[in-house]
Parts: sequence; C-alpha cells; structure tokens
Amino acid sequence: MKFILNFWRKLTAPSKAAVGTVLAMGFLGGIIFWGAFNMGMEATNTEEFCSACHAPIVKELKETIHYSNRSGVRAICSDCHVPHNWTDKIVRKVQASNEIVAFLMGKISTQEKFEARRKHLAVREWQRMKENDSQECRNCHNFEYMDFSEQGPRSRKQHSTALASGEKTCVDCHKGIAHQLPDMSDVPGW
Amino acid sequence: MRKLLAVLLTAGTLFSVSAQSNETAVIENVNNGGVASLRGITELDITRKADELKRVIKDRSPIDRDYVYQPPLIPHQTRHYEVSLNANKCLSCHSWKYAGEMGATKISVTHYQSREGEVLSDVSPRRYFCLQCHVTQADASPLIDNDFKRVDSLR
Repeated sequence: MKFILNFWRKLTAPSKAAVGTVLAMGFLGGIIFWGAFNMGMEATNTEEFCSACHAPIVKELKETIHYSNRSGVRAICSDCHVPHNWTDKIVRKVQASNEIVAFLMGKISTQEKFEARRKHLAVREWQRMKENDSQECRNCHNFEYMDFSEQGPRSRKQHSTALASGEKTCVDCHKGIAHQLPDMSDVPGW
Repeated sequence: MRKLLAVLLTAGTLFSVSAQSNETAVIENVNNGGVASLRGITELDITRKADELKRVIKDRSPIDRDYVYQPPLIPHQTRHYEVSLNANKCLSCHSWKYAGEMGATKISVTHYQSREGEVLSDVSPRRYFCLQCHVTQADASPLIDNDFKRVDSLR
C-alpha cells in the first residue's frame, strides 16, 4: 500500500530530476513501446504465426498461383487477410483476439471440425472483402494498371465491364483462389 | 552324413544356377521387338525420360474434333479450377444456367442424362468430373505416328 502511495506521489509531485532527463526518458520509453508494438504486429503477420493454428489451410495455399508460380513473387496469409492501412489493421487485429478464443475452445482443432466450419469462415471473409471493395487484392492488383490487351478474352470481358463500372468487385468472381472452396451450392454465380 | 550334405550342396548349386538362367530369360523377354508403344521405343525395364510438360495455350479457339463423339478440348487454362464435392468451377460458366450470360459453350444435353437415358434436372453425377473427358489443349504432336483419318463428315 505504501509503495503505491509513494509511486502516486512521484507521479503527481514535481520531479527532482532535470526536465531534460524526464523528456529523454519519455522519448526512449516511447521508442521502446512503439518498437515493441510494431514488432508484435509484424510477428503476428508472419506465415509461421498463422500456420501455428491454421496449418491445413496453409497447406492448401501451396498449390495455388499465389504460392507457386513462374516468377516467384508470392503472397503470404497477411497480404490478403490483414488490411495494410494502419487503422483498418488495428481493427482487424482486435477482432482476431476473438478468433484466438474460438481457437482455444477447439472450434477448428481437427480437420473435420475445420471442414464443418469452412463455409462460415469463408463467407465471413468474402463479406469483409466485398465491404472494402477487395482492398487486399487491389494492394497488388491495381485496376489502373491492368492492360486488357494482355488479358485473355474471358478476363477482358469481365474486367472491362463489371469490374470497371464498380458493379462487381474482385472477390465476387475470384473465390477460393488460394484455398479450397466450401459447399458452394447456395452461393450466387455457382 | 557327409555324403548327404554333399548331395544337398550340389543340388542347391544346380538349383541356383538354373534359377539364374531363368532370370536372364525373363530379361530377354522385356525386349520390345522394335515396336513403339505410347512409352516410345524403350525397353520395358527401362524408365524413359519424361516428356517436357506442354504449355497450355492461354486462350484460342478450340482445336477441331477428330471423331464424332470426341469430348471437345478446353481452349483455356484451368489451373486451380476446383471440381470437388463442394464446388464445380467449370459449371459456373458452362452450366445451362450461366452459359448464355458468360458467353461460354453449354455442356451437352447428354450430361443431363442418366446411364439409362433418363433425363435429369441437373448434371448427372457420372458427368460431373469434367476433366475425366475434357482436357486443356496444347500443341502436341501424336505420340505415335499413325495414319488415322477423320471420318468424311469431319474432313
């Protein structure tokens, strides 16, 4: 009790230390806090971190174009599933703490449980991407720089009409591009 | 006792010699006799070097069919098009529901028939796995030179 009181007094009473020292301490503390915070953000964005819980889905990614391709450019989980914009990223990270609870409750602890939940997880992610106009796709695939003459007739037809007018967004057609699909029987367009 | 052992040993040696000669006979039998099969002109006990993978042509009009009931070739890439219990990517364009809108070729009406010719309301399960019959097209020369000719109606 006495310790807390003392500490409180130290916080409220003027310090005996020079203002410069206090400032320097605050400055250093700020750097350390911010650095640690960012490092935590980065650490929870790595593929190793994701696959600790989502191992089967990381395996699925390996046969797709976003993992293995001609030129060796690839996307990791967070490139598509975590917004790059800072505020959106924080919002998503806070939501993810809820998902940790689901994981600890063992909701996807076996392949069977995961398959049963695949639809739920997929629909939620499609919805999220639809709401932000497939922002995570567009971080790399920028519509402004798409050369329709380099695209096949099938892609050109869709991209120059529905995508260009904003009527459709990437995820409306490009579902399951990096994972296996859930039961698609009631999904529009399938 | 010693005599018996000697007899047994001799018999054993003779047996192994005959077994060996059998083996060489088997090896002689793998000679293909100069006949080229789909494996190419290789001896049967030799694994031939695999052909280079054919590049799938990105988008071009379909290569004509060579016989009347040939399943048409797929004139586009199909990488990671899922056809499984959960989803059929091919049908999201080629089904009767979407073919018009997508400008795709409709699957044949035969795909809506059961083995007995009974007409079904949806794609028959036996026709569901598209890539069992339809394959992506590539510029590939015939594996074996042959004098196959199209029937008159397709020539």
